[in-house]
Amino acid sequence: MTEYIIRNGFVFDPTQGIKGDKADIAVKDGKIVKSTEVSSKAKTVDASGKTVMAGAVEIHAHIAGPKVNEGRNYRPEDKLFTYKPKSASSRMAGGFSIPTTFKTGYEYARMGYTTAMEAAMPPLYARHVHEEIKDTPIIDEGAYPVFGNNWFVLEYLKNREIENTCAYISWLLEASKGYAVKVVNPGGTEAWGWGLNCLTIDDPVPYFDITPREIVTGLIEANETLGLPHSVHIHQNSLGNPGNYTVTLDTLKLAEGFRAKNKFGREQVLHSTHLQFHSYGGDSWANFESKSKEVMDYVNKQKNITIDTGCVTLDETTTMTADGPFEHHLTELNHLKWANVDVELETAAGIVPYIYSPDIKVCEIQWAIGLELALMAKDPMRCFITTDHPNAGPFTRYPRIIKWLMSAEARKKQIESFKHGAKMVEATHIAGIDRELSLYDIAQMTRAGPAKALGLSHQYGGLAPGMDADIVVYDFNPEKPHKPEDIEKAFSAAAYVMKTGVPVVINGEIVSNGNKRTLWVKAKVNENPQVMRDIRDKFLKYYSVTQANYDVSSHFVPNPHVIEVDATH
Amino acid sequence: METVTITMKNQPKLYLEADNVSPDKFAGKKASEIAALHAYEGREQTTLGKYFEIAGEGGATAADTRIIVKGDVSRVKYIGMKMSAGEVLVEQSPDMYTGAWMQGGKLVVKGNVDSFAGIGMKGGEFLIDGNAGDYLGAAYRGDWRGMQGGLIRVKGSAGSDIGYFMNGGTIIVHGNTDVHVGTHMEGGRIVIKGNAPSKVGGQMVGGEIFVYGTIDVMMPGFKYVQDEEVEVDGERSKFALYYGDTGERHPKRKGQIVYGKLYLKI
Amino acid sequence: MSKSVTDVICPFCGTLCDDLEVIVSDDGKKIEDIYNACAIGAEKFMHAQAPDRIKRPRMQQPDGSYKEVSYDEAVEYTARMLYNAKKPLMYGWSSTSCEAQSVGHEIAEKVGAIVDNTATVCHGTTLIAVQDVGIPSCTLGEIKNRADRIIFWGCNPCHAHPRHQSRYSVFPRGFFTNKGHMNRKVIVVDPRVTDTAKLADYHYQIEQGRDFELLSAFRVALRNEPLPETVAGIPREKIIEGAEVMKSGRFGIIFFGMGVTQSLSKNHNIDNAIMLTKDLNEFTKFSIMAMRGHYNVTGSGQVLGWQFGYPFSVDLSRGFARYNPGETSSNDLLRRGEVDAVFVLGSDPGAHFPISSVRKIAQLPSVCVDPHITPTSEISKLHVPVAFVGVEVGGNCYRMDNVPIEARKVVDPPEGVLTDVEFLTRVNARLDQLMGGK
Repeated sequence: MTEYIIRNGFVFDPTQGIKGDKADIAVKDGKIVKSTEVSSKAKTVDASGKTVMAGAVEIHAHIAGPKVNEGRNYRPEDKLFTYKPKSASSRMAGGFSIPTTFKTGYEYARMGYTTAMEAAMPPLYARHVHEEIKDTPIIDEGAYPVFGNNWFVLEYLKNREIENTCAYISWLLEASKGYAVKVVNPGGTEAWGWGLNCLTIDDPVPYFDITPREIVTGLIEANETLGLPHSVHIHQNSLGNPGNYTVTLDTLKLAEGFRAKNKFGREQVLHSTHLQFHSYGGDSWANFESKSKEVMDYVNKQKNITIDTGCVTLDETTTMTADGPFEHHLTELNHLKWANVDVELETAAGIVPYIYSPDIKVCEIQWAIGLELALMAKDPMRCFITTDHPNAGPFTRYPRIIKWLMSAEARKKQIESFKHGAKMVEATHIAGIDRELSLYDIAQMTRAGPAKALGLSHQYGGLAPGMDADIVVYDFNPEKPHKPEDIEKAFSAAAYVMKTGVPVVINGEIVSNGNKRTLWVKAKVNENPQVMRDIRDKFLKYYSVTQANYDVSSHFVPNPHVIEVDATH
Repeated sequence: METVTITMKNQPKLYLEADNVSPDKFAGKKASEIAALHAYEGREQTTLGKYFEIAGEGGATAADTRIIVKGDVSRVKYIGMKMSAGEVLVEQSPDMYTGAWMQGGKLVVKGNVDSFAGIGMKGGEFLIDGNAGDYLGAAYRGDWRGMQGGLIRVKGSAGSDIGYFMNGGTIIVHGNTDVHVGTHMEGGRIVIKGNAPSKVGGQMVGGEIFVYGTIDVMMPGFKYVQDEEVEVDGERSKFALYYGDTGERHPKRKGQIVYGKLYLKI
Repeated sequence: MSKSVTDVICPFCGTLCDDLEVIVSDDGKKIEDIYNACAIGAEKFMHAQAPDRIKRPRMQQPDGSYKEVSYDEAVEYTARMLYNAKKPLMYGWSSTSCEAQSVGHEIAEKVGAIVDNTATVCHGTTLIAVQDVGIPSCTLGEIKNRADRIIFWGCNPCHAHPRHQSRYSVFPRGFFTNKGHMNRKVIVVDPRVTDTAKLADYHYQIEQGRDFELLSAFRVALRNEPLPETVAGIPREKIIEGAEVMKSGRFGIIFFGMGVTQSLSKNHNIDNAIMLTKDLNEFTKFSIMAMRGHYNVTGSGQVLGWQFGYPFSVDLSRGFARYNPGETSSNDLLRRGEVDAVFVLGSDPGAHFPISSVRKIAQLPSVCVDPHITPTSEISKLHVPVAFVGVEVGGNCYRMDNVPIEARKVVDPPEGVLTDVEFLTRVNARLDQLMGGK
């Protein structure tokens, strides 16, 4: 394979503690190597005067699968006048809040993202998720199957059967080619099967007679017993409701007393996702306010928790979540088109378009909360930037969020343009925060941090020899004065992106479809005849497909990258 | 005001997409530059000059530009698309999407227009001397924001689905319409001086529909309120007022439920 | 010794039964028997065995007769036809695998074609309604496990989806429905006394073309607003009673078919049915689902969706994707003379389209890729026989509830007969050569 050397850039690499020093990054056979290990034939990429980072890692986005595609298909208006024609190296690409698979791959790559995780895979639809992943160029991807409302899990954990839960997780990860244990509105989505919900962690799930508290602690225990690369990844109960921060704190506290057990260097036992939607005070939309401080004060002192922000981007977007009852609640508020799918024995999902208007006070407050979480984070290795794409806004707005986080001036300008700026300031902390994140902070929040939380810090998120050659050069000189807009511009279209040693973006344009891989986790457990019998039984009686037609066969995952875990002890 | 006259000289074999025929695009351009503007026939990108004889030149701005379209344009789509100012006069009958997403100015068609005329319209005046096809002044697929403003007047008849998801502005049809008038309407005014067979105001949330002729089958969700005299299109007439669609959600304003209003001429 | 292949997927209708057992001869060449399939599904497998099956492409001659040609010649004709056309229509895609659809889309993108599937004459109106108001739905297993109110509106599963009622909707015993049909009340809305209507607890024999009004009337009844004495031929009391039956259930579902999607009001009928479902969620849990016809029409909508963002009638002619049924839909394109070549795979427009459209196909350069001789193959300039998907080659398919199931291969295709994917891949490669030489 070809050798490369990326010369003279300002390098930001948290895995090695490099904070903007000028350095060369050498590449051989798709991996980063010491500069001395490449020959004189190595192709040179001149990065002088530019910023160099590892490829960014997306820890939570809805980019592939049934609800994403329903979002695409039911919003032709989201594509109107947005389409980009095909080129010699790229397919045609369209859509704003829910781009086509091709556009998804291209846009992530153009921003310097080289890995992305689909945040909610309904196992019965896993084949669909993988078909879309296969058609998403360039970026490595994995998908999190949802477990928090799965009948097997509810039944096992009701009886505190951790070993059986582990065996089932292992079976389902392999059957669905999944990456991690995702939990969405634990118990609440099963309740939605009857039009109900669980709004606190102690609301019992109808019929199954288990609480969200028991589901979450049981899954944390199972996850750490298995020693999976990622922790349990939680979307908590009562998302999006005023006053929900108490439910959030209750859920976060469930991690107390658990320690991460795994061989991947992961330290958290619970990842709390899109925390912006869970940090709300007040008891109605009239007195709605930010509780980011209360939430972040807790997160900052709990080393075994990581979070991502779910920043609101102030766009018209499409919300979609496995939190079925929430989407029904949302359509009652905004009366826009509502799609819902309840998935037998497993989960549900809902979709509603939403406009985060800079003229609506609640939206302005939501905007502030998302940014506050990142600005209050004491450890950028445990707080990651997301938009919960497309829920709080499309992922294509990351450069704008980075601008807001790096520039108090940009935030001030935004607040001044709001219709209810003064009222928004009263209900939030944002105006009093003068912190400006550094490029090093950003590298932690978008690269090293999420890679570590996913148990992938050995290959992603850094530029140390031995890691995958996922390298980004941004046309941004940290030593020169700049305007806030320069940040957004530089991060929107990278000057150069390499994915596992293949140049994929040059001057913001796609030059190759790369060699994308699908990540999934194979967790080996002791034989468990009882769980195998339970699985057989449920397929015979309650599923609408046969067990033999459930597994995702290997041709849907043509270029797999399997992370193996041995939990047979 | 400067006038550009374009005259059909070579009929397209398939259909011509002429979204560049708009005062906004012609403004500030000489005849030769206008002739070089893109047009599309299937996957072939060609120029307006291949199909039209171009005379005159555009004004400094769209508002200073008048376009006269002559000849058989029955296979030409998108005339006046997204126009924001100025004038377009079409002497014969253009195909689909005439005045689509129009924002301002004046568009006059002497003949008929095919479907999707004035879809997503935001403003301006759109006059059709002949008949209109389906989806006149309707929303684009999936959009809940249909016609927002402006006036569409049809001297002849119109097809089905006029004012679909209408939010504002006025549509006046002097003749009859086909089924589905103002379905999902939330605002604005539709006036039908002839008959409308059925499905009038179905799923209507707000806005007003006036029917001067007959409706064969009323929607079940309309309840008679009272007789009212209302001024419509410059003349006062007496109407029976119905509230509806009572099967649909309705917002409250100042404690009062706001209904869509259907007026039938007495 | 015969062999048994289990868990076979039925490549007939959108019910996509996946529990068939096929008995195959020892040499793996002949299908001997089929268990668990309905009569139509079984016939689909047996048809592949027909002795008079066409095994090589055929080119129509000036005198109307057919001459056998090689697959190479067929690839050449197809590639040149698409290459020379300004705006070709590539129609069908509902009776083939997602893998084949994907290759077809790559070709369509290259040649600036319009890609349309059978939804255009079937549930396309449903898809339009979903775009306007969304859709609360669920998987078929949810119906089996939870539903106690089953409504069939304008559909007749007894004949069109024969195993639907036993597998999912009326008879099965599920987790919360252990008494099977005893747990359920069935409502049928249909102007005809169909076999489905005969087994219903309530049959609303509606006046034809008044579904939109009756759906509205149910919504009016749910809001306790006044109703006229009769709507769509149904007395007010019956409407109020029906609304009560619906909202008194724990979990309800409306299944609907072409009786409402293609009769007067089309998409508006479905729109209003969806809104009725949404209203019912204020009282209880309710879902709605389209009874999709072809076994993989749903898959075509899915693949088009993630690749281009629209589920049918996708116009790629200008190098980017556009969508507007009424303009970009096959019959409108054919009727208006908007296309200059027609490629058909996995459907039979010769049998399903209006005669005015069929005439247009006959006048244009045209290719029909289909295992069978069909009305379409008989009017096309070139007929390319291929292997049966789901019998002789596997591939992914989507059930009516969008659940993806991978179809299986049961026997080998006749020697030398290409699969859809193989034929399309060769056309795609030939187009690359032609375009590279441009």
